[in-house]
Amino acid sequence: MIRTRALTKDFAVGRDESRTVHAVRGIDLDVAPGELVAVLGPNGAGKTTTLRMLTTLIRPTSGTATVAGHDVVAEPDAVRHRIGYVGQGNGAGHAQHVVDELTSQGRIYGLDRRTARRRADELLESLQLDAQRTRKVSDLSGGQRRRLDVAMGLVHAPSLLFLDEPSTGLDPHNRANLWDHVLRMRADAVAATGEPMTIVLTTHYLDEADTMAERVVVVDHGQVIADDTAENLKADLAGDRVVMTVAPGAGHDAASHLADVARRVEGFREVTRTPVAGGVGHGAGAVTLDVRAERGDAYLPRLLRAADAAGVPVETAQVHRPTLDDVFLALTGRSLREAGAPDADAADSTAPAPTPERTAA
Amino acid sequence: MSAVDTATPVRPRTSPAVAPRRRPGALARDTGIVLVRELRPVVRDPFSVLFGLVQPVVFLALFGPLLVGSLGGTTTGQDVLGGNVWQWFVPSILVMTTLFGTSTTGANLLFELQTGAHERMLVAPLSRSSLLVGRALKEMVPIVAQSVVVVLVMLPFGFALHPAGAVVGLALLAVFGVGIGSLSYALALAVRKQDWMFWVVQQTLIFPLMILSGMLLPLETGPRWMQVASDVNPLRYVVDAERALFAGDLAAATVGWGWVAAVATAVVGLAVGIRTMVRSTD
Repeated sequence: MIRTRALTKDFAVGRDESRTVHAVRGIDLDVAPGELVAVLGPNGAGKTTTLRMLTTLIRPTSGTATVAGHDVVAEPDAVRHRIGYVGQGNGAGHAQHVVDELTSQGRIYGLDRRTARRRADELLESLQLDAQRTRKVSDLSGGQRRRLDVAMGLVHAPSLLFLDEPSTGLDPHNRANLWDHVLRMRADAVAATGEPMTIVLTTHYLDEADTMAERVVVVDHGQVIADDTAENLKADLAGDRVVMTVAPGAGHDAASHLADVARRVEGFREVTRTPVAGGVGHGAGAVTLDVRAERGDAYLPRLLRAADAAGVPVETAQVHRPTLDDVFLALTGRSLREAGAPDADAADSTAPAPTPERTAA
Repeated sequence: MSAVDTATPVRPRTSPAVAPRRRPGALARDTGIVLVRELRPVVRDPFSVLFGLVQPVVFLALFGPLLVGSLGGTTTGQDVLGGNVWQWFVPSILVMTTLFGTSTTGANLLFELQTGAHERMLVAPLSRSSLLVGRALKEMVPIVAQSVVVVLVMLPFGFALHPAGAVVGLALLAVFGVGIGSLSYALALAVRKQDWMFWVVQQTLIFPLMILSGMLLPLETGPRWMQVASDVNPLRYVVDAERALFAGDLAAATVGWGWVAAVATAVVGLAVGIRTMVRSTD
C-alpha cells in the first residue's frame, strides 16, 4: 500500500545552505494493505513532513514513494484519488453548512450530485452528526468538527486513510469517541468492500500509539529508529521491570544474594538499581532490588522459585510493564516526554492534555 | 451502512468520472465544483451580501451630498459632473463596491489556509488552477447582486436607469472583479506566513488607486501630475466606462478602453493567481 525508499525532505532556510533543515533523512517504509500503523516521535521528528510527502502535499527532496500503487511525484492525482486524509487542522470551511461541505467533498471525488448527497447523509448518520446537518461548521464543538473531518476523509471510501495527529487537543472522552468511530468505519469498510482499510496515523500520544496501532514506527531526527508491534518493541527494547524487596531483617547481604540469583534466572537482562537499603515506600530497613527482564510475568515465578531454593526471603515483588516512552528512552537515551519540548505535557500518557476542546485554530 | 453501492462508483478504475485529469473538461468540472462550494454560503445566507454594502452606502449617504454641495452648483461641477450628480457618482459607488469586495476576498482564503480547509482541497484530486479560478469566478455573484441593490436604492433619488448600458456595465464590473479577486487571492497566498501583511498591502494600494481613478472627486480639477498618474491606472478606465454605460452611451470610446482595462486586469490577475496557487503547493 505504501513503499518508500530513501525518502528525504530538506527545507531551505534563507539562502544559507548550512542552515537547511533536514526534516526527513532517508526513510524506508513499507506498509501492507490492511495495516494500522502509528508513526510515533517527538515534535519536529519528521512525522508530519513524511505524511505530507505521502499525501502529495509537498514534494520529496529525494527518494521515492509509491502510495496506493502510484508514485507521489509522477502521478499525484492518481494518489489523491485513492487516499483519504485527515489533517491536523479542520478540513471543513467555517462558513459552510455541514452537509454542504460533505456533499462538495463527494463531488470532488467524482460522485454525481445524488450519490454525493446520499453518501453525505450516510456518513452524518454513522458519525452521529445528523443533528448538525444544517449547522454552520463554525458552530460545531471541537469533537463534532473532528468527526466531520473524519467523515470528509472517508467520503470516497478510500482503501488508505492518513490521520495526522487526529486527537491532538481533544479531551479524553472525545478522543475515545473519535477512535470508536474510526475503528467502526474501518470494520464497516471491510464488511462492505471486502478490502481491508489501511490506516496510517502520526501521533505523539504514547498511549494512542500503544493501544490503537497494530504496528508502531518510531521516528526521531527524520529517521526510522524502530519499527514493530508495540508489544515487541517494549519486550525487545525495554523489557519488563521487576521490583522486589527483601525482608528488613534479612540485611544487605540477602539483597546482594538475590541479585546474584536474579542474574542466573532465564530472561534476565540487567540490574537497573543495585540493592538500596530503606527504599522509599518499602518501610524502614527494607532493601529493594530492580531488575530488567524479558517477559517479566514469566520471569518472576522462576525467580521466586530460585530465590526460595537459595533461601533468600523475598517479601514483595512487582512487575512493571514498560511504556513506549521506555522504548524511546532505550533507543535514544531521551524521554519522549522531554524530547518534544513545546508539547511535552501533551505527550505524557498518564496525564492527557488538559485542553477540553480543540480550538478553532 | 450500505457502503457497497456508494463505494463502487468512486473506485478509480471503474468510474469514468475519476479518470486521469489534465483534460480541458476536467478543469471545467473542477472549477465548477470549487465555484459551487464557494457560492453555497452566499446562497444559504443571502443577507451576507448586504454587509458588503455598508461602506458604499456610507459614501452615498455622507459623501454624495457633499459632492452636490461643493461641486453641484459650480461651473466646473456642471462641466465635469453633468446635470445630475448621482448619474456621475452612482457608477463610482458600483466600482467602489466591486473594488472593496474583491480586494478583501483573499482574507477568506487566508482563513482557510489557517484552519486546514485549503489543505484538504489540496489533498483532493482537484487541479490547482481550478482552486483559484473557481474562487475568482464566484466574485461575480456578489458584485452583480450588490450593484443591483445600489441601483434600485438610488432610483427614487433621481438616478436614471438605461437598462442596456446597465447590463453591459455589470458585465464589465464582473470581469474586472474576477481580476482584482484573483490578485487578492494571490496576495493571500504570498503572505500566508505573515497574514497581517495582507491588510497592510491591501490598504496601501486601494486608496491611491481609488483617488487616482477619479472615483470620488473629478481629477479634472487636480494637478497635472495626478492626471498623468491616473492615465496608467486601469481603474480610471473602468470608472469612465461605467459612467458612460450607465448614461446609456454604449458606443463611447471610453467603454472600449474600459473593456481593455477590465479584460487586461482579469487576464493578469488570473495568470498571477494561478501561478501563485500552483507554486504555493511546492
